[in-house]
Amino acid sequence: MRLYWPSEQGSAASSSCKRTKEECRLAFDLIERTRVQRDRRNLMALLLPGLLWLLLFFALPLLIILLYSFIVSGPRGNLIWQATVGNYTDLFTRAIYLNAYLRSIWISLLTTLICLLLGYPLALFIVRQPPHVRTLLLFLVLIPFWTNFLVRIYAWQIILANNGLINSSLRALGFAPIQLLNTEGATLIGLVYGDLPFMVLPLYAAIDRFDFTLMEAAADLGASRRQAFLRVMVPLTMPGIVAGSVLVFIPTLGQFVVSELLGGAKVDYLGNLIQRLFLRSNPPNWPLGSAMAIVMMLLLLAFILWYFRISREEDR
Amino acid sequence: MSQTANRVTTPAIERGRLTWSGVSLSLHAVLIYLFLYLPILVLIIFSFTRDAFGVRWTGFTLDWYVRLFNDERLMGASVNTLLVASVSTLVSTILGTLMAMAMERYQFRGREGVEALIYLPVVVPEIVMAVALLAFSALVFDLINALTGQVLRRNLTTVTIAHIAFNMSFVVVVVRTSLRHFDRRLEEAAADLGADSWQTFWRVTFPLILPGIIGGALMAFTLSLDDFVISLFLSGPGTSLLPVEVYSRVRRAITPEINAISTLMLLLSITLVLLSQLLQRRR
Repeated sequence: MRLYWPSEQGSAASSSCKRTKEECRLAFDLIERTRVQRDRRNLMALLLPGLLWLLLFFALPLLIILLYSFIVSGPRGNLIWQATVGNYTDLFTRAIYLNAYLRSIWISLLTTLICLLLGYPLALFIVRQPPHVRTLLLFLVLIPFWTNFLVRIYAWQIILANNGLINSSLRALGFAPIQLLNTEGATLIGLVYGDLPFMVLPLYAAIDRFDFTLMEAAADLGASRRQAFLRVMVPLTMPGIVAGSVLVFIPTLGQFVVSELLGGAKVDYLGNLIQRLFLRSNPPNWPLGSAMAIVMMLLLLAFILWYFRISREEDR
Repeated sequence: MSQTANRVTTPAIERGRLTWSGVSLSLHAVLIYLFLYLPILVLIIFSFTRDAFGVRWTGFTLDWYVRLFNDERLMGASVNTLLVASVSTLVSTILGTLMAMAMERYQFRGREGVEALIYLPVVVPEIVMAVALLAFSALVFDLINALTGQVLRRNLTTVTIAHIAFNMSFVVVVVRTSLRHFDRRLEEAAADLGADSWQTFWRVTFPLILPGIIGGALMAFTLSLDDFVISLFLSGPGTSLLPVEVYSRVRRAITPEINAISTLMLLLSITLVLLSQLLQRRR
């Protein structure tokens, strides 16, 4: 079969085109313009519904709490439309709020560190397995990730309660029971348990990309296993470490379920305070709660920017 | 994969598995998997105990499951939860799929901004999103009240709207991956054979990205079923959702009935994850 060039196929048309070159160009422009217009219409039809939904029910609400954070809360929890930065100065000067920030940041960092120390060896172990075992092991990490967080935290109550699994075992063995539930240790266990999958998945992705021959090269050059790990493997898997850390840090900073169910709501974390200011306290104080949420968002943005900087450095 | 090749060409790493570090790595992995699954197992076991406190094993019974189905509050909350999850999944899947097509196939100004807007709901702490939506709904209700005199309260609709907003981002992410693996020459071939763009979409594109869409939908459904924080803030009085109902009971005491409903919730999400993984594997 022969392929015809347009010039062979429609020589009459092309000659006429030569005659009225300008006309042809105009016709072509028109076709091109209608194509672009049709494309734009298609794009708008595809993009607009979702985009409007996100703008209306996600972006706008965030702007509203930004606005609320700069107004005054009335004595009955009503909003008084009067500009102030008092909510923010309250957050950074009054001990109850300042302590909640420091406590939340501290326990989030601790959780992140423990998840990293537990997650890295696990991710390494999974990467070393043959492909089908690897898929299964990853899937087993993924399942808790998708199952109800609340229920999984509740399960720890059964284990840690005063008449729970551990303490009744201790009693059966003749030991004195210990207070496990409603302690900060229990909160920490719950947080690590809940967030570990967030750490393992990005770590796995990073270690999977790591070229293990580099470890041999380091060993050949006289590095000990420890040195090779710290100076070759850790820097090269840094994007995974940072991604996992951000993914663990963010939900931990805002949590209130774990500290309430396992920590017995004995001390206030950010999430507990925000929840109380919006839902439970009498009177509620939405402007102050909004300011807390906004500061939390800013902390989070700082972390995400840090992540992007690190991963961009790695790309270079 | 190149990693497999690495493994083959690095016998020292292979031998490493028999060394002390290899053994301790395996042991560590076993302990971590125990840590991840033991609580779930304990929960399931203690949903069958006769013990009224639900924390000791005193014999097998199915009583708590029977009692569960006679508990009108829990059943009502379950129906509400399934309703919210179904509607929000349907809407977020449609909007998310359309958006994924726009993002994968078109270049336009402000694309990066849209990209950020799509990913932000995935990373913003749930509680921030929850209070923002609470403040927003209160403001809108006040406005409606001032304009029309109608008094509106938060109900299942407000929760559903909120769920759609955060589910959509996840659907976009999943569907975009399946569009990226898609061979666009198939569409060109369909067009060459005379199909218009509508026919091309329904007969070529849609069937091929369907596994991705279903995967995204299942993910949205699971997220919606499991969501507690946004549901707590946005469901009004008298419109309880299952996670919120479980939370308010759990704060009072451990009961075997809660163990039973929790077990059912776990099994449902595990089934859904398995389904979505199978579908994505097929792709």
